[in-house]
Amino acid sequence: MSTVTCPECEAQIKLEAGTEVGEILVCSDCGVDLEVTALEPAAVQLAPMEEEDWGE
Amino acid sequence: MQRRLKIGVLYSRVRVEEKWIFGAMEKRGIDYDRLDDRAIHFDLNDPQPWQQYDAVLERSISYNSGLYALRLLNAFGVPTVNTASVAEICGDKLMTSAAFARDGVPQPHNATAFTPEAALEAIEAFGYPVVLKPVVGSWGRLLAKVNDRDAAEAVLEHKSTLGSVQHSVFYIQEYIEKPGRDIRAIVIGERVLTAMYRKSEHWITNTARGGEGELCPITPEIEELCLRAAKSVGGGVLAVDLVEHPEKGLVVNEINHTMEFHTMQPVSGIDIAGEIVEYVMSVAREYVP
Repeated sequence: MSTVTCPECEAQIKLEAGTEVGEILVCSDCGVDLEVTALEPAAVQLAPMEEEDWGE
Repeated sequence: MQRRLKIGVLYSRVRVEEKWIFGAMEKRGIDYDRLDDRAIHFDLNDPQPWQQYDAVLERSISYNSGLYALRLLNAFGVPTVNTASVAEICGDKLMTSAAFARDGVPQPHNATAFTPEAALEAIEAFGYPVVLKPVVGSWGRLLAKVNDRDAAEAVLEHKSTLGSVQHSVFYIQEYIEKPGRDIRAIVIGERVLTAMYRKSEHWITNTARGGEGELCPITPEIEELCLRAAKSVGGGVLAVDLVEHPEKGLVVNEINHTMEFHTMQPVSGIDIAGEIVEYVMSVAREYVP
């Protein structure tokens, strides 16, 4: 299991098995949205929380 | 024997819904490509890379990216779920209202104006409170409940001064005293798959805004209304939002064309992702030459 560091608060976040590139994680410490950008090695970056034309 | 179908899934972020959809594709052994809308481009002189797809499922989080991609794909002759026309109608509250008005689908009382002065006149004719909504927008954002003339003047001025050009199309809706909940139903093709109450003490009941979900029985009235509403906007994979109006009964508030269902799938116990994938395959099969 890989561990990544939250770029916002430096919390250590464990990636669950089955995590995919492009998946959005929420940092359990600071609540920011993170996008998984790579798996080997695992990397995340801050994901925009919301943009003007986003929705369902 | 029919050749193996090829499917594209257009997405922006792998939310839980996309994970479930990818999982449903893989479980069925479907040949599919993941198409990240932030990485793709369309060459109008070379539609061939896109024409390899027998159908494309659009799951973009950005309305504009999704809509333009659908327009291009449909122009290239690629079947999509949903179609560009459905996205155009559902993504714009005023176009949805116009479709409902044309087809006699019951909806809240709406009015539209193009200047703050004309909007104020329309609001005064409604009486207070009213709700002002952006014509394009989701997740309950930038909705304003306007309780009096002072608030109306302030919100209209803010919208016309600070908002994008789209915010100068003023969409005015009666304020509905709903019973602390609204209803969301999932319609796929000719079927109402499941329905859920979205409960909230706040007047905005979107689950994206903290509303809670609870299963809602699909009554014949709900079924008939949802199917009529879905047909009015062109049909496909849709989430129909209903409101219990104290005088008019059930009315259709809006329809979402790339709905989220992370609350609905566990609440209903229905494999919505699987049903979406089956529908995409049926659309693909329909168009195979």
